[in-house]
Amino acid sequence: MITNGYLSFEKPLVELRAKIAELEKFMQDKSIDLSDEIAILEKKAEKLEKEIYGNLTTWQKVQIARHTSRPTTLYYIKSIFTDFMELRGDRLYRDDQSIIGGIAKLDGRPVTIIGQERGTDTKDKIARNFGLPHPEGYRKALRLMQQANKFGRPIITFIDTQGAFPGIEAEERGQSEAIARNLREMAGFTVPIICVVTGEGGSGGALAIGVGNRLLMLEHAYYSVITPEGAAAILWRDASKAQEAAEALKITSADLKALGVIDEIVPEPKGGAHRNPEQQAAFIKKAIVKHLNSLLKLTPDELLEDRYQKYAQIGNYLEPSKGSR
Amino acid sequence: MFKDLFRKQRRYATIPSEKAKKEVPEGVIEKCPSCGTILIAKELEKNLKVCKSCSYHFPMSAQERIQSIVDVGRFFEYDPDLLSEDPLSFPNYPEKLAQDKEKTNLNEAVVTGEGTIGGYPAVIGVMDPRFRMGSMGSVVGEKITRAAERATMKRYPFLLFSASGGARMQEGVLSLMQMAKTSAAIEKMNRNKVLFVSILTNPTTGGVSASFASLGDINIAEPGALIGFAGRRVIEQTVRQRLPEGFQTAEFLLKHGQLDMVCSRLELRDTLIKILEFHA
Ligand SMILES: [Zn+2]
Repeated sequence: MITNGYLSFEKPLVELRAKIAELEKFMQDKSIDLSDEIAILEKKAEKLEKEIYGNLTTWQKVQIARHTSRPTTLYYIKSIFTDFMELRGDRLYRDDQSIIGGIAKLDGRPVTIIGQERGTDTKDKIARNFGLPHPEGYRKALRLMQQANKFGRPIITFIDTQGAFPGIEAEERGQSEAIARNLREMAGFTVPIICVVTGEGGSGGALAIGVGNRLLMLEHAYYSVITPEGAAAILWRDASKAQEAAEALKITSADLKALGVIDEIVPEPKGGAHRNPEQQAAFIKKAIVKHLNSLLKLTPDELLEDRYQKYAQIGNYLEPSKGSR
Repeated sequence: MFKDLFRKQRRYATIPSEKAKKEVPEGVIEKCPSCGTILIAKELEKNLKVCKSCSYHFPMSAQERIQSIVDVGRFFEYDPDLLSEDPLSFPNYPEKLAQDKEKTNLNEAVVTGEGTIGGYPAVIGVMDPRFRMGSMGSVVGEKITRAAERATMKRYPFLLFSASGGARMQEGVLSLMQMAKTSAAIEKMNRNKVLFVSILTNPTTGGVSASFASLGDINIAEPGALIGFAGRRVIEQTVRQRLPEGFQTAEFLLKHGQLDMVCSRLELRDTLIKILEFHA
């Protein structure tokens, strides 16, 4: 599906760009003026670019969210914050490197950062279990968040995981309990919590670091109760129908905004975050700073109540005795 | 404001309702799926749907569960008229909801309310595995949240019987968010020092196991109940190993420190009364 970092639906654009580059080289080598031809093709490329990236299907967005070159949490930590100090371990079992956490400064203000880290090269990816946490990862996250709450530090989380790891040992050590406890404890903290879905928001394994006052989402990220493949397997007993399942599940940033789940969509550079990571980091930083500044005006009790109300209001049902909602 | 919430309560004189009773033909026999013994349905019902020869726990409807736990005639239902919509326009969802309503005589996969147990007042929630596999969508999340809020306000213990395949796929991310919403309501109970007892019955998995069901001050499971986060097939495909004997059963969880006790259904009511007495 991916060739030279390009996704299959980008092929016409890539080919056109290659042709333009070829003409430019030809013009230089042979000193022939082709600038008119090039200008026409450039216009065509711009139009095509708008068409492709302006009308991405849900499945195309999923492919961008899963792109192997998409920046990971560690990149954002290093680009958005300064003085990052990693803090490790859950004090119970081991240090799960699929979740990274620590203290850093955001424009000079100390904050606690937590995020799933899927890794960059093969060795790193294996060490980080491809960003699929075990219970001890969530328990490390909880320890660091409790520490942040104790010292009044805002918490920023970066969500990027296909889900909590489905394994024998993960179950033995209480994957359910670890996730559940994080949900409960995050609801009770009295510091600002901002969560950013940067890539894949995979169900409970994502939510376990995702209970915040503000939930932001990158334009092409997705957030779902089940992977499109998993839903397709259940619905049609056919994982290859993931594209249809992805549409039906309503998992894009625009869907989540419409459903009242997220507070803001963070725009992505044309073609996705991996096309311009620096610009992406700047966009994320701008959104975090904006929301943090507004949350810092609230008292600890107000922050707690603000978060409670955010989730209390999510849902869709009829209540004939009171009018529907 | 809260007076308002209680005005529309439905009174349950007896449970199951007369209508539901008539739907069960008299004298039917049932075969135990665990040991194969043929059981008389009426006797099985009297024995709280526990096989008298091997102690297999048959699934219980919400109505049967309430009747087995609360003092006779002492249950007042909360929010019976909360109804699911189809927020994602998901394929076949409205039809499936209609079928399950018809089949179960319930509006949704959880019944909540208040009652007394051995004379002790409590807020009670019971999930019904027959309704969309007990899955949690917006209505289930909202009813459990409201029940927890009322328990906090009244300072009544909250006893919640889970039986659920997890978050409801057909409501997508809204179902996922109910995990956070219900857990936040449990957090409020926790902060206000109100007792929460989670009773995990067969099955309690996925998003329900990974939210309120694991958050009891006391976690009790019924024998043999399937309890876990990830599905068995997904785990097998991921780790390419055979799963150990009894994996994800109540007994497995007890051994691994995830439960306070595994309690037979025949002793469950007495156990709950004892817990309520300790906290009265
Ligand atoms: Zn039997």
